[in-house]
Amino acid sequence: MKVTIDNITIDVEPGTTIMQAARQIGPHIAPPAMCYYEPLKGSGGKCRGCLVKVTAGSEKDPRPMPKLVPSCITQVQEGMVVENTVNEQVLEARKGVVEFLLLNHPLDCPICDQAGECHLQDFSFEHGVSKTRTVEERNTFEPVDLGPYIKLNMNRCVLCYRCVYTADQITEGRVHGVMHRGDHAEISTYIEKAIDNDFSGNVIDVCPVGALTDKTYRFKSRVWFSKPVDASCDCGKCSGKVTLWYKGDDVIRVTARKNIWGEVTSFICNTCRFEKKKTSDWKIEGPMAVPRHSVISANKYAANKITPAFPMKQAAEQYKKIDDNRDRSFLNAPKELN
Amino acid sequence: MTNTQTIQFPADTLELVHKIINRYPEGKQKSALLPVLHLAQAEWRWCSPEVMDYVASLLNIKPIEVYEVATFYTMFHLEPVGEHVIEYCRTGPCCLMGGVEVYDHLKKKLGIETGETTADGKFTIKEVECLAACGWGPVFQIREKYYMNLTTEKVDEIIDELSK
Amino acid sequence: MKILTEHIDVPGIETIDVFRKHGGYSALEKALKTMSPDEVTEEVKKSGLRGRGGAGFPVGMKWSFLAKPEGVPRYLVCNADESEPGTFKDHYLMMKSPHTLIEGMIVSSFALGANTSYIYVRGELMYVIHILEKAIQECYDKGLLGKNILGSGYDLDLFVQPGGGAYICGEETALLESLEGKRGNPRNKPPFPAVKGLWQCPTVVNNVESIAATSWIVNNGGEEYAKLGVGRSTGTKLISVSGHVRKPGVYEIPLGITVEDFIYADEWCGGIRAGHKLKAVVAGGSSVPILPAELILTTAAGEKRLMTYESLSDGGFATGTMLGSGGFVVMDETTCIVHNTLTFGRFYHHESCGQCSPCREGTGWMDKILYRIEHGQGRQEDIDLLVDVAKKIEGNTICPLGDAAAWPVAAAIRHFRDEFEWHVKHPEKATQPGAVFMREGASWTL
Ligand SMILES: Cc1cc2nc3c(=O)[nH]c(=O)nc-3n(C[C@H](O)[C@H](O)[C@H](O)COP(=O)(O)O)c2cc1C
Ligand code: SF4
Ligand code: SF4
Ligand code: FES
Ligand code: FES
Repeated sequence: MKVTIDNITIDVEPGTTIMQAARQIGPHIAPPAMCYYEPLKGSGGKCRGCLVKVTAGSEKDPRPMPKLVPSCITQVQEGMVVENTVNEQVLEARKGVVEFLLLNHPLDCPICDQAGECHLQDFSFEHGVSKTRTVEERNTFEPVDLGPYIKLNMNRCVLCYRCVYTADQITEGRVHGVMHRGDHAEISTYIEKAIDNDFSGNVIDVCPVGALTDKTYRFKSRVWFSKPVDASCDCGKCSGKVTLWYKGDDVIRVTARKNIWGEVTSFICNTCRFEKKKTSDWKIEGPMAVPRHSVISANKYAANKITPAFPMKQAAEQYKKIDDNRDRSFLNAPKELN
Repeated sequence: MTNTQTIQFPADTLELVHKIINRYPEGKQKSALLPVLHLAQAEWRWCSPEVMDYVASLLNIKPIEVYEVATFYTMFHLEPVGEHVIEYCRTGPCCLMGGVEVYDHLKKKLGIETGETTADGKFTIKEVECLAACGWGPVFQIREKYYMNLTTEKVDEIIDELSK
Repeated sequence: MKILTEHIDVPGIETIDVFRKHGGYSALEKALKTMSPDEVTEEVKKSGLRGRGGAGFPVGMKWSFLAKPEGVPRYLVCNADESEPGTFKDHYLMMKSPHTLIEGMIVSSFALGANTSYIYVRGELMYVIHILEKAIQECYDKGLLGKNILGSGYDLDLFVQPGGGAYICGEETALLESLEGKRGNPRNKPPFPAVKGLWQCPTVVNNVESIAATSWIVNNGGEEYAKLGVGRSTGTKLISVSGHVRKPGVYEIPLGITVEDFIYADEWCGGIRAGHKLKAVVAGGSSVPILPAELILTTAAGEKRLMTYESLSDGGFATGTMLGSGGFVVMDETTCIVHNTLTFGRFYHHESCGQCSPCREGTGWMDKILYRIEHGQGRQEDIDLLVDVAKKIEGNTICPLGDAAAWPVAAAIRHFRDEFEWHVKHPEKATQPGAVFMREGASWTL
């Protein structure tokens, strides 16, 4: 099936989604994905970050689609023409999505373990505006422990549902989920409960932001100061194929391996993730193939159409310029509000 | 696991639960969740985690599946409530029909704010959205009963009657 | 001409015997004994009946989209979730005359080849659920439900399902999720319910009023139905009237009467309450754009507006609105548009399922801004910000709740910007209890 995305035509299998086709063309064409996660069935469609304009539905019916469509769950048709980063309406909608996602998201990147690997950072850098228009206070939640290994900081959650699908699809019993609704919806176990089973740690890897983080790694380092190395072991429970994150000679973190879209290709067990923190536990395979979503990919990563790959320093400067000054001084009696 | 031993529907309700489950195809017993939660709340007044765990066990689903559902829908009380839960409609059309005044009167009469329960545990006031009775507003609901075309006098009567 | 409510005030009409005495269940007999399912569908198509739940999609066409793979059950689900502010017609119909809906359910299920059907009623209406269940039991007792109905060989089981308090479950795929015992998160479409609906089986979801109308169509023929009304707005429509009219309530009107007659004639609303003047109307439930008096009575082109799908939407959103669910909210000059918009903004904030980011975050944001403006804490730029936030939600969400949240806010500002500005510029006046902005020279200014 032939489909054209941003003026590039590619031949794909029937049943391919626009997102998958775009990814086949390459990272500079692939729409941002905050919720879609190919290995997880049913994921996608929620964040609306990947909206694209279909300017011709198919060869048979070349009318444009009336609304922007989520590329991650929309299948291509023969002769479909799609506009991604070349369409103003798309860029405008994404600007909106970034703004919405940041509305209640703390700008605590300096103390967030995900910083540097965060899809929301990438997404807002590539598609957002730097000045906030809101003066409202954020909805806030207290961080909680989901058992001994996993920290949940709900303030940072973008409700992509990936961790829920992960728990449903690769662990034995899901004990966490989405509670409540609207902008009060939250990831929770409802009653204080540990997420505790052999594969539970994978929710950390699938989380696009710093909402679910590894307690054994907390505050040990910034990701760009650590060195990733692919390693493996003979594990009875999982593939044993992991990435070790070194600081000096110490393994400070173990994660599953991710492809260039930041997706885990083979989920790993909790023993490998949390307990094997010695080099001697592992057979070293070599330096990790750098995924798109890591800042350590700076300079190494293919040019992006709108925002070229940026050196770390430039990124740091840019981020400082983000203006989240929610000036509420004009309020006469702020206490009455909220 | 929470102790669910003390929580048990009476026999006739249990029979009803099984009838409800039979409304759906084999293996789709989760569909009975909302009706059974309503029965549970009628029995125990609110949906405590223990009650929800019991419901999960009846339907053979995971407790988390009950929590996510019970917290999604506004009719289920997740905290203890008074004997009579007064749920008044705060949406536009009811306000046009004089709702604000009537509800203020209600709160004053009971001496509590929305979300609170009277000290004697008799009344809880909750705010809800449109109850599909807009032309007969202002409206509130107490359990299954709708009280419509409310005036401050009517509110007095209703509360006095229920206070007996 | 009344189709649904002709006998609604007959004492005892909620019982099967009285209902039958007034012609009830004759359509059922006619359909099952003398017609094929396709013939029933054909009549409904001919009738031009359009969905009464809000979107106005032709019912017969929807039915013909239903996938019919061998060996897979099909379902008919009646949408009685009725939660759109301003709408209470389904409540009225089911409470007073449950058999009107049930007969329609049996006829429609027969047409679709469904052997199990559900009526999903919002949970708050538990007392109506009991009324329906009692009526359904009567039907089982009389052989109108169950196996081999009236010896026709057709089997149907009919159940009532309660919701749990969530407007979003009126959206058809959220409704199906809810009926499956899950959170009411709307599904991404495609696939549509006609292909993959309840438990992934082909399903038709229709509103109470749509389904109830099918009995009359079977009895009298689709062509007769199509003679009522104007153009593509055929038949009759239940209009729920609330607000500042002399006689709020539910009225069955032939589509095509003028809005002016509807508001002022004694047969319907009876005019604005004494001593007051019409300021604005929300004509089709909270989701549709509000219109000021002059635009609801006449179109921008100066023609009298009619109670039809086409006439109400004449002028697009710039100067028109929509018939929607027929929730007709009338406001006189004492109404503060900002306050009313705030209650709607708060409503959508409260009812967003939270799945997709524009709606989840945008509805909360609009609510907070509106709250500030209403409480004297607004800024001039907040008004344009509201318009822009609405624009960023609209069209970019999984389900139409996002649009439904954006439209009323955008429309209120479109037609009553001066009122928002007055709140921002004169907070000390605007926050006085009962204070309302008076537009100079407006038809509603006393
Ligand atoms: C947020 C939302 C709420 C809705 N609520 C209702 C409702 O309460 N009742 C209803 O019949 N349709 C409602 N609808 C429309 C349904 O999705 C669906 O179109 C309708 O039930 C189809 O029936 P009809 O074609 O007979 O109108 C709602 C739609 C949305 C997006
Ligand atoms: S915790 Fe992370 S993975 Fe889970 S829903 Fe939130 S953002 Fe997604
Ligand atoms: S538009 Fe709103 S209600 Fe609809 S799916 Fe998205 S968040 Fe849920
Ligand atoms: S990635 Fe497609 S909607 Fe989130
Ligand atoms: S607005 Fe109160 S019942 Fe509809």
